[in-house]
Amino acid sequence: MATDLEQARQSIGGLSVESVTETGEGRRDMVVNMGPQHPSTHGVLRVVLDLQGENIVGTDVQIGYLHRGIEKLSEARTYTQVIPLTDRTDYTAAMTGNQGLCVAVERLMELEVPPRGRYIRTMIAELQRLASHLIWLGTHAMDIGAATVFLYCFRERERILDFFEAFSGARLTYSYYRVGGVAGDAPPGILQQIYEFTNYFVDRLAENEELLTGNDIWLARTQGVGIISAEEAVAIGLTGPSLRGSGLAYDIRKAEPYEAYADMDFEIPVFPDGDVFARYRVRIEEMKQSVRIIRQCIEHMPDGPVNVQDSRVTPPKREVAMTHMESMINHFMWNIHSFPTPKGEVYSAIESPKGELGYYIVSDGSNKPYRLRIRPPSFCNLQALPLLVRGQMIADVVACIGSIDIVLGEVDR
Amino acid sequence: MAYMTWFERRVIGRLQVRLGPNRVGIGGLLQPLADALKLFFKEDVRPARADRILFPLAPAISLFAALAAFAVIPFGPTTRIAGVEVPGGIANLQVGLLYLVGISSLGVYGLVLGGWSSGSKYSLIGGLRAAAQVVSYELILGLALVSVALVAGTLSLEGVVGGQANGLPYVILQPVAFLLYLVAAVAETNRAPFDLPEADTELVAGYHTEYGGMRFAMFFIAEYVNVITVSALAATMFFAGWSGPFLPGPHWLFIKMLAFLFLFVWLRATLPRLRYDQLMRLSWSVLLPLALINLLATAVVVAVTR
Amino acid sequence: MPTNYIGIGLFILVGMGFTGATFAAAALIRPSNPNPIKLEPYECGVPGVGDARDRFHIRYYVLAMLYLVFDLEVVFLYPWAVQYDKLGLFGLMEMLVFVAILLIGYFYAWKKGALDWV
Repeated sequence: MATDLEQARQSIGGLSVESVTETGEGRRDMVVNMGPQHPSTHGVLRVVLDLQGENIVGTDVQIGYLHRGIEKLSEARTYTQVIPLTDRTDYTAAMTGNQGLCVAVERLMELEVPPRGRYIRTMIAELQRLASHLIWLGTHAMDIGAATVFLYCFRERERILDFFEAFSGARLTYSYYRVGGVAGDAPPGILQQIYEFTNYFVDRLAENEELLTGNDIWLARTQGVGIISAEEAVAIGLTGPSLRGSGLAYDIRKAEPYEAYADMDFEIPVFPDGDVFARYRVRIEEMKQSVRIIRQCIEHMPDGPVNVQDSRVTPPKREVAMTHMESMINHFMWNIHSFPTPKGEVYSAIESPKGELGYYIVSDGSNKPYRLRIRPPSFCNLQALPLLVRGQMIADVVACIGSIDIVLGEVDR
Repeated sequence: MAYMTWFERRVIGRLQVRLGPNRVGIGGLLQPLADALKLFFKEDVRPARADRILFPLAPAISLFAALAAFAVIPFGPTTRIAGVEVPGGIANLQVGLLYLVGISSLGVYGLVLGGWSSGSKYSLIGGLRAAAQVVSYELILGLALVSVALVAGTLSLEGVVGGQANGLPYVILQPVAFLLYLVAAVAETNRAPFDLPEADTELVAGYHTEYGGMRFAMFFIAEYVNVITVSALAATMFFAGWSGPFLPGPHWLFIKMLAFLFLFVWLRATLPRLRYDQLMRLSWSVLLPLALINLLATAVVVAVTR
Repeated sequence: MPTNYIGIGLFILVGMGFTGATFAAAALIRPSNPNPIKLEPYECGVPGVGDARDRFHIRYYVLAMLYLVFDLEVVFLYPWAVQYDKLGLFGLMEMLVFVAILLIGYFYAWKKGALDWV
């Protein structure tokens, strides 16, 4: 048994438990609970810190304060009814939560979304990435003390939320994606507005960057802080921008393109240093790439339907349902029974703003998932926190938490 | 004093593309009053583990030290009314500068005792940070002011202003001392980017985590009085204080002070916060040698030119 | 001019009076209904581990001692600065020696790692 444990340690890149938490009774002066009620743990995260003066000699991350049992709740709901639950996992990027589920079910059912649907979904996902990264930038900057950036970021995010409201009617929990497409086509004129917004956004992003990237205090607070090597990052399961900050160019949008990413011309920003600053740079550059993708989506937006033309999966339009008897029955049955999925299982991952958002679905052939498991990027990225803060100071803990961009709704589900 | 909070919130609101308080009274001018009333009527929780005597005493020490330090700032020249010398400020001490530095350093007792007596770990860490930071930067402040005193040849603040009124303001004669003073003053008053003792995103609220109601208000007022004092001192020591053409003395002091207050708010809106070790390294390894060199250079130059 | 200290004394009294009066007034009108949970020290909403009045790091004592040395130096410098014109070259030399001795101590402390804030 002991050798098994040893082997397991070897296999996770030589990380031993001791190297993660160097807790020693004689070494610490004080145990401080940081969270769950703390201004900068981004929700209800609890980190128990063993302190020696201002230095951290041990960390214990405790989660579960926001557990709502979303995975279990999903088992009693049809796939369409699960979509609102996915809004509530990563509530700063509800669109990609929806998208992850829809892509997974589409893979299970082997559905092909029509081009316009795919383009709209790609564009929305990238807008969502901007909105999510803006929240990250604002809160991260505020944790380190730059409060103004926070308000600037929320000003820009407000514009994106306006677009989402136009698309879905909601500003936070969108439930806009559907299996086989989206809830509705883009409202008229909105694409032009989004295009104009991207121009505005690039200027504003430069403004925010000016406040931070060139700021000596910001550099002193982020460079060389919270370093994680590429090997450790892979061993711990780090994904998304946090992984690319360690120098690994792994992005699911490129590795296994979904939606319309195969048609898009964009780059994956990678910075090798593995510190807080590298992760910051990755996300900033990623926002610029997102703008590129959004522009390409709008420029090459195809015409046609946005949903799969299959009456089993997509309910008939309201106008049709109100005028044709068969359509009305179809509409009624769809709302009662939804659609069944073929028996089997699927794991499908998308690149959410936080990292690899995976949905693992086991289907018994009914209209509800037999088991639905979410692989949340925040949860896996959070595992890196004890590694990031080894030998750092209290003030670095908040910088590190900010740099891995976690959302507790997604960690606890 | 209370309007410093209004000023700060309005200015920082503008800098952060929002409005700031504007609902209570015209342009939000009654906001400080409303805040004070609210704090008056608020329950004042004293935690079970807090020290019974020191816990309420600490904010009083802070405020008292802040108020007492303000006494020696001159608003205008000494005048004679009915044969009695009336000082242009509350008092014109021969050792005004020494008094100011001495009294203002009492304020750190309020922070440390407040942090320690609360019986909370966040308060303790905040208090320790405050102690370390304030004493470190007090040295810099003291050394920067000594260089000015060396040029002025007096410790009386009125004398310092008088020396500048007839010649150049000391910001030109002592630019290094001015910059040192500026950094040290921001650190002394625990303002961003040196607001580590109350770093809200790290220590929740630092040394005043456990304080509420009027006791919190004391700390709060003390901070703003300190900001005003160091701004007034900066104006006095480096920008010729109340002296200036056309307008009477207090107006000039007020204008110069306001410029510094704006600078304080501007810094807060712009800069992220330093880390504790960076803060200490800046003080002891950069600013302290610089201050000493500046002092010696000043001494040599003064010896040569006089 | 001892009369100047009257102003200071008055101001100090006013300062104390203001602080005391505010406290007294607030104590009269504020509500007070404590309960054990409200009186717990803030620990982010979970029961605290250990006491806050525990050991803390030796670093702070080292800092306090360094501070004492240099703050005394600054205090000595004030009268010197005022009398500098009268002291002349002798004053400059004296102070150079004084600061040099301090600097030796400063570099010793630096070498010993007293200035490493880790």
